[in-house]
Amino acid sequence: MTQTIGAAHPNPPTVPTIENITRKQRRFEKPQRSQRITAAWLIAPAAVLGITFVLIPIALTFALAFTNAKLVSPQGPQFVGIDNFTRLFGDPVFWKSLRNTVLFAIFVVPIQAGLALALALLINVKVKGVNFFRTVYFLPVVTSMVVISMLWLFMYRQDGLINQLLAQLGITGPDWLGNPTTALASILFMSVWQGVGFHMVIWLSGLQTISQDMYEASAIDGATNWQQFRYITWPALRQTRTFILVTITISAFSLFTQVQVMTQGGPLDSTSTLVFLAVRAGYQQQQTGYAAAISLIFFLLVLSVSLVQRYLTRDKDVKK
Amino acid sequence: MVTHTLKRLAAVSLAAALALSLAACGKGGNTSSDSGTDANGTATIKMWTHNAGNEAELGAINAVVADYNASQAKYKVEVQAFPQDSYNTSVTAAASSKSLPCILDIDGPNVPNWAWAGYLAPLTGLDETLAKFLPSTVGTYDDKPYAAGFYDVALAMYARKSVLEQNNIRIPTIDQPWTGDEFNAALATLKATGKWANPLDMATANTGEWWPYAYSPFLQSFGGDLIDRTTYESADGVLNGAAALKWATWFRGLVDQGYMAAKSGTDAGADFLNDKSAIVWNGSWGAEAARAKLGDDIAFLPPPDFGNGPKIGGGSWQWGVSATCNNTEGAMDYLKFSLQDKYVAAVADATGTIPATDAAAALVKGYEAGGANDIFRQFSKKYAEVRPQTPGYPFIATTFTKAAQDILNGADPQGALDQAVSDIDANQKSNNNFQ
Repeated sequence: MTQTIGAAHPNPPTVPTIENITRKQRRFEKPQRSQRITAAWLIAPAAVLGITFVLIPIALTFALAFTNAKLVSPQGPQFVGIDNFTRLFGDPVFWKSLRNTVLFAIFVVPIQAGLALALALLINVKVKGVNFFRTVYFLPVVTSMVVISMLWLFMYRQDGLINQLLAQLGITGPDWLGNPTTALASILFMSVWQGVGFHMVIWLSGLQTISQDMYEASAIDGATNWQQFRYITWPALRQTRTFILVTITISAFSLFTQVQVMTQGGPLDSTSTLVFLAVRAGYQQQQTGYAAAISLIFFLLVLSVSLVQRYLTRDKDVKK
Repeated sequence: MVTHTLKRLAAVSLAAALALSLAACGKGGNTSSDSGTDANGTATIKMWTHNAGNEAELGAINAVVADYNASQAKYKVEVQAFPQDSYNTSVTAAASSKSLPCILDIDGPNVPNWAWAGYLAPLTGLDETLAKFLPSTVGTYDDKPYAAGFYDVALAMYARKSVLEQNNIRIPTIDQPWTGDEFNAALATLKATGKWANPLDMATANTGEWWPYAYSPFLQSFGGDLIDRTTYESADGVLNGAAALKWATWFRGLVDQGYMAAKSGTDAGADFLNDKSAIVWNGSWGAEAARAKLGDDIAFLPPPDFGNGPKIGGGSWQWGVSATCNNTEGAMDYLKFSLQDKYVAAVADATGTIPATDAAAALVKGYEAGGANDIFRQFSKKYAEVRPQTPGYPFIATTFTKAAQDILNGADPQGALDQAVSDIDANQKSNNNFQ
């Protein structure tokens, strides 16, 4: 504070000015304290909500995972140690769900991020009517996932739109969601279609922060389009890239709505995911403790993947 | 200047928050005083129902309540309707905060679960009334009645008489239903005509409770069951025994032979009416539409007998009294009043369902003896099997659903059934068999 004031007064302070400063300082301190109180008030709603709906539930999940808590029961929860985890690790459906969840994330992240970038590059041009395409690509994002799942459910049917189109080309399409080999891929495809618009907008915002001068300068140096992308666009998008990587990964891991609406984990567990398993165990089967154990595993999975990603995408330049 | 604004902003938000919480408290205060007694000595009894989305049913229930409130001055029943989707959650939440209403309705298969959990009190002083009700409309647990419903629904095989006659297929009757072999032969004949890609439609696209409700009766007809009903401790031998395996093989065979699609269309009833299938496994709720479209040609057939008699599922929404009710006497009084034949008839009539008592059936058009819908009532009376009366039922239902879906999708039947049995047994055991 003194520094700031000193900077505002380049001349050496005389005694009266010192008095002035201290009075000023005092006046500054008072508002500062009340500002802190104000800040506390402003943060209070968010903090209360965060504690009630995020921190407490997470703590509860940790605690409940080691009990036999039931959704409907005359007895309270009892501590059962790691029984839930023993059961969970012995359940073949859990391993299939874990595999599906990881597979889904592995494929969705590059496909969705890549496609979104391609779309963003396409619409990052100053051409008439580009806003129309921006809107069209963004439309699925603002539509409810349940609605989209219902629509694709019809399109994926044996006699649905997709197979009708394929039939025009002389191809007999499979029962996309009824076949264990195609079900997860079908859900993956529609999920990418739904989410790609959102990440396109993020990429676009990143693209628009890149100064046009750099492109002009490189053009004068005779850079090709690919070189411009490789040496200007791609490095400049590093922050955006990290953000997109982390958000897609987390949302891919929490795959649930599509599965719940379209396949209920079937056929033969080929689309069962960890979140779906947790919801099924916790609500339909009333096993709160067991569901908490699944959620705990899920939490650890997402946390560790995020930490690894953070480490890999850390700001290496800062250290120099 | 900025700080000043911030201060004022903070003060205003604080005031707003206070006002809101005060309003909330005020509201809370009102609600709690509702359940008390007013100046005239009339006690208010709260009643919850799941049918906010079903105007016909809610209207009928409201009429019963209005009649009851007008009939005496001691109690006043107050209805609160919930959408069906969030009803069970609301009840579970209310139970954990000890704020259940006095009277509530319950889906039949949930009655043992809620009775065991201490949500419900056994019905008292109603034995005489309940004796006249269809057994599937009374929810019992531990040999005590906990809930009673105005109605039930029944499933039947819908077919066109003309189609069966053209293909020389015997039209089964309630006294002489198809045998399993006859049914399979009929499907083979219908498939051979080439007129339908899949002659049979079992509405396999439906989800949730439909699976145990619609398909476990076939399992029971084969001689299997969801759990051993003598002890309710294990499903071993009944859900994975020889009879169950025969059921599973048959069920999967329907798909393998092309008699039925592994996943049907979204509206099986409509597909049948549009002649996309020859036989559909549908509920009594579809009868009006079928009759309107096909007239006399429609036949409501009993399910086939696979050795243990034809079976259908029983048990729909029923009414009970909560264990935490502070005015049990009044709640029982209302239930007794509401279960009169004329109200049973009124509710069944409004909802197009099967009236629970003989006397009420005589009052509802179509359900009188010899009426057009009487056949469903006879199915209910003769074939209905309630779902296992164990608090573990919700778990059994989802486990059975998964096993049946896996079997239809080509899983090894014995393996799927064994897995289901071990899951069900583990759950029963982890709850100390709900003792």
